[in-house]
Amino acid sequence: MNHLLRHLAPISDSGWELLDDEARERLVGALAARRLVDFGGPHGWERSATNLGRTESLEAAPCEGVEGRQRRVLPLVELRAEFAISRAELRDDDRGALDADLEPLDRAARQIAVAENVAVFHGWEDAGIVGVAEASPVAPQPLGESAEEYPRSVAGAVEALREVGVGGPYGLALGPEEHTRVIETAEHGGYPLFDHLAKILGGGPIVWAPGVRGAVVLSLRGGDFRFESGQDLAIGYSHHDAEAVHLYLEQSFSFVVATPEAAAPLSPARAT
Amino acid sequence: MGFDQYHEPPQELSAETRTFARLCASLEEECQAIGWYQQRLSVEPDPEARAIMHDAQGEEFKHFAMDLEFLLRRTPRWRQIAAGVLFKDGDIVEHGEAAEAGSEDTDDDSAAPGDGSLGIGSLKGEER
Repeated sequence: MNHLLRHLAPISDSGWELLDDEARERLVGALAARRLVDFGGPHGWERSATNLGRTESLEAAPCEGVEGRQRRVLPLVELRAEFAISRAELRDDDRGALDADLEPLDRAARQIAVAENVAVFHGWEDAGIVGVAEASPVAPQPLGESAEEYPRSVAGAVEALREVGVGGPYGLALGPEEHTRVIETAEHGGYPLFDHLAKILGGGPIVWAPGVRGAVVLSLRGGDFRFESGQDLAIGYSHHDAEAVHLYLEQSFSFVVATPEAAAPLSPARAT
Repeated sequence: MGFDQYHEPPQELSAETRTFARLCASLEEECQAIGWYQQRLSVEPDPEARAIMHDAQGEEFKHFAMDLEFLLRRTPRWRQIAAGVLFKDGDIVEHGEAAEAGSEDTDDDSAAPGDGSLGIGSLKGEER
């Protein structure tokens, strides 16, 4: 038993398997940040803060002759997306139905994945999280009005990283619209744009990143960006009534940029 | 070629269990190497040789940690007990007993890891 209280839900073992499998499948496709930044943990629900290794001095001390410093930490945030599943649908699944309606779970999975991506790439001010794009000292360059302009923009971003000594391999997080354009486009001679970009990145991944505005090129060498997981994504139980079981997807995490210059943001076309 | 890491006939074991046994064997070997380097370091007077051994022992620490993490990820109950003992101040035996008692309801065959999570973790390097 733990804080998720899953054992209190009126859900059979096969029902839990259905929900966990569906959530995992939806989340894995959308969790772009985890494909590109370092992941620490999971450290458990009890983990409350990330060590920043820094202190701030305290003005007053308990007595003369001593001085005090206080450790600075980054508190973990708890992120939760609630949803409800029809009990009738769960009963049908227990009978062997293959088409249970899990749309509320799918929507919650997308919401929490987008929230994670936004926090990592664009920050979450209220949570004290600075995103990869916001932290970068490299001024955002336009990605380009059309997909044909992307190779030049991405090559420029890679070059900007190389110039400050940030080695590869490099990865590219692309917003959904931009990603679709890349997939759809073949350059002169029929060469897929996707392959061209991969070559520019030194073979690094091109990631579909819902929540990302424009694109971000970042180094994958490690040690530059750290996502720290307390409780990794899990489904918990809230309550139930005659019609539905009320559940939630939840995780706790922090995110720290150690090397701001290891990423170069590219702004979406509409912002240029 | 020997198959000493198997205690039961390999053909009767699942692929997952064979992988698990290989990593258990690897964990033992790394631990043994750590012990050997510790002994060598305690008797070797040459500073250059000691520096090399110190570096090599660091490698074994890393290998041991990676093997252990793999095994813990695949074994929720082991992970849960380890989480109750490792990196904690205080009485090791007390922590161990409490962690073992708290793990009895954990089913190692369940789809989810011991913390009830979906077990997604890092996706770095994974193909979409």
